Amino acid sequence: MIGWLFLAAVAAVLGRLAVSYGLGRNPPHGRWWAAGAAGALWAVTAVVLVIRFARGMGAMTHMTDANPWGVWVGFLQAGVALSGGGFVMAATVHIFHIKRFEPILRPVVLLAFLGYVFVALTLFIEVGRPYNLWHPLAMWQHHSIMFEVAWCVTLYLTVLALEFSPAVLERLGYTRAVEALHRAAIPVVILGVILSTLHQSSMGTMFLIVPQKIHPLWSSTLLPVFFLVSSVAVGLCVTVVASFYSARLFEKSLDRWLLADLARAASMVLFLYTALRLVDVSARNAWARFGDPAWLGGVFLLEVGGGALLPAVLLSRRAVRDRPRWTVAACLPVLAGVVLNRLTVSWLAMVPYTGPGYWPHWMEVSVSFALLTGVAAVFGLAVRTLPVFPAANPPAPASGTV
Amino acid sequence: MTVEVSRRSLLKGMVGAVAAVGLPRSMARAQSPVAKSDVFSVLVDIPRCIGCRACLRGCQRANDLDAPQDLMDMDHLASRLEPTHNLWTVVNREGRETVRHVKRQCMHCLEPACVSVCPVAALHQTDAGPVLYRENRCIGCRYCMVACPFDVPRFEWNNGLTPVIGKCQFCASQRLFKGLPPGCVEACPTGALKIGRRDDMLFEAKARIHARPDVYVPHVFGEEEVGGTSWLYISDVPFEKLGFKKNLPHRPLPSLTWDVVSWIPGIVAVLGSLFGLLAFNLSRKAHSPAAPKDLE
Repeated sequence: MIGWLFLAAVAAVLGRLAVSYGLGRNPPHGRWWAAGAAGALWAVTAVVLVIRFARGMGAMTHMTDANPWGVWVGFLQAGVALSGGGFVMAATVHIFHIKRFEPILRPVVLLAFLGYVFVALTLFIEVGRPYNLWHPLAMWQHHSIMFEVAWCVTLYLTVLALEFSPAVLERLGYTRAVEALHRAAIPVVILGVILSTLHQSSMGTMFLIVPQKIHPLWSSTLLPVFFLVSSVAVGLCVTVVASFYSARLFEKSLDRWLLADLARAASMVLFLYTALRLVDVSARNAWARFGDPAWLGGVFLLEVGGGALLPAVLLSRRAVRDRPRWTVAACLPVLAGVVLNRLTVSWLAMVPYTGPGYWPHWMEVSVSFALLTGVAAVFGLAVRTLPVFPAANPPAPASGTV
Repeated sequence: MTVEVSRRSLLKGMVGAVAAVGLPRSMARAQSPVAKSDVFSVLVDIPRCIGCRACLRGCQRANDLDAPQDLMDMDHLASRLEPTHNLWTVVNREGRETVRHVKRQCMHCLEPACVSVCPVAALHQTDAGPVLYRENRCIGCRYCMVACPFDVPRFEWNNGLTPVIGKCQFCASQRLFKGLPPGCVEACPTGALKIGRRDDMLFEAKARIHARPDVYVPHVFGEEEVGGTSWLYISDVPFEKLGFKKNLPHRPLPSLTWDVVSWIPGIVAVLGSLFGLLAFNLSRKAHSPAAPKDLE
C-alpha cells in the first residue's frame, strides 16, 4: 500500500509537470521537482532490483506458475510498439524520400533507440537468467518466434545506434565517419525497416500458439497484422507528442505543418486499424462473447473505441490538426490505447482462462516506471548536449511554430 | 536504360523472393520427426488409482527432488497439491459428484508446443519421445509456461540468479533409456500406471474400454488432443468432470506459429527488394535536375 502511494505521488508530480509544460506554463522550479521525483523513484527501484536478484522474482512480483507473464511483458510489448516511430519516419525520409520530414528524423530515431533500450533493460530484469540472453544468437531454434524476436531486438538496436550515431560523431567532430555513414544510410534504413516489420508483427505472433487461452475478442490469427498496423499508428502519434514536448521543454522550434501531416497519416492508419479489428471480430463471429465477462467488453471498447476510432475521427478534422495542443490531446489516447492493447493481449484477455490470480506488485510497476523515466531523462540530456534537433532551423513566424 | 536496369533488378528480386519463400517452407519440417507409434508411453487407468501418492514419492526419489515430503502422504489428500519446480507430478481428488484420484504430470506431447516456442532449445524432444529440459541453455523467458496447453512447466520463483523450469523428465536419462520404468510407474502398487510403446498402450487402452463398456467412457484422453500425447488416460468418469482440459484442438499447436514463422524469409526477401528498388529509384529522381523541386 505504501509502495503504491509512493508510485502515485511520483506519477502525480511528473504528470502535473507534463500538463503544465504542455499548456505552456513554466511551473516554478519545475526541473527540480522532476529531478526530485525521478530521483526518489530511481533510489527505491535500485533497492527493488537488489531484491529481484537476491531473492528471486517471487519476492517482488505477483507472478505465479498460473500467471507466468506479468505486466513487464505487456510494458515491454508497449515499448516496442511506441518505438514504431523510428522505422516509420526512417522509411518516409530515406525510402520514400519525403525529405521535409528530415528535421524530426533524428529525435524520432533517438526515441526509438531509447524505447528499445527500455525493452532490452526490461528483458534483463524479466527473464530468469539474464546472463544467458545471448544464447538465442548462438543456440538456434528457428521454429521459435521468440528466437526471431531475440535476433530482431539485437539487430535493430544496432541499426538504431548506427542511425543515430551521426549525431554523436558530429558532436565529436568525426566528419569523415559521418560522411561514410551518410553513404550507408539507405541500406541501413532498409535493414531497419525490415527488422521492425518483422519484430512488430512477431510481438503478435507470440500469442498465436495459445488461441484457447485468449478471450475471443483478441484471439485472432491476424494478431501479427494488428500489432504491426497499430505500431505504425502509435509511432506517428509518439512522434507528434515528442516533437511537441521537445519544443516546449527545449525551445526547439518545429514546423507545425509537419505535425498536422503526421496527424493526418495517423488518422488514416487508425481508421484502417479500427476497421480491421471490427471486421476480424465479425468474421470470427466473436461478438457473442462481447459481454462475457462484461469488464473485458469494456476493455475492448476503451481500447478500440477510445484508443483508435475516437482519435482517428478527431485527427481527421482540420480544426484539430490546426491546433498543436488539440493534436497532441487527440494523440495521447492512441498511446494509452496501444499500451492497454498490449497489456490486454498478454494479460487481461487471459484472465478468464487463468483466473483472477494476478495483479501486479507495486515493485513490478516501479521497475517499469523507473526505466521509462530513465530513458526520458537520457532523451532530455541528449537533446541538450548533442545535435539532435536541426541547429539551423529557420526562425519561423510565431504562428507557424509549435 | 534506367528502366531496363530496374526491370532486371526487379526480376532478380522476385526470383530471389520466390526462392526464399519456397525453399525453407519445403525444407524445414513443422512436424516433429519422432516415430509416433514407437515412443515411450504411459497409460493411466483412473479407476485403478487409490490416491496413495506413492508415485509422488517415487518421482522425488528417482529425480533427487526436494519438495516437502509430508505433503505427499495419503493423509494430505484433502489438501490440494499443485506441481512446482521441484514437484513434477501430483495426485489430487477431482470431481464433484463422483470423486476420482487423478495424477498430473507433463503429457510429453508428440508435437510439443513448449519445444517449438523455446528460443534456445532448452526444451527438446528426444527421438524416443520424452521432452527434456536443459537448464544450462535456459534464459528463463517462461514462454514454455505460457504456450503449454496443459500448464505444466513450473518456474523457480524464489531463485534470483539461477532459477530453473521444472517439469517431468519421464525419468528418461537415468531410468527409461536404461530399460527401467519411470519412478512413478515403478512405485504404483495398483497397476494404474503402465508403460510401453505408444501403439501398444493405445491398444491396451481400447481393449480395456472395449472389455468394460459399462465402466469406461469411450475416450482415450491424449490420443488426439493437440496432435497426440505420450501419456494416455482412460476413465470411468467423463474427463471434463475431472478437471481435464476440454475442447483442446486436435491440430498440433506448433503449426499455428510455424504457419507465420515459415513466411519470414520470404517477407524479408520481398520487402528487401521492394524497398531497395523504391529507395534507389526515388533517390535518383530526387537528385536528378529534372525532378520537381517539391520533393526536396
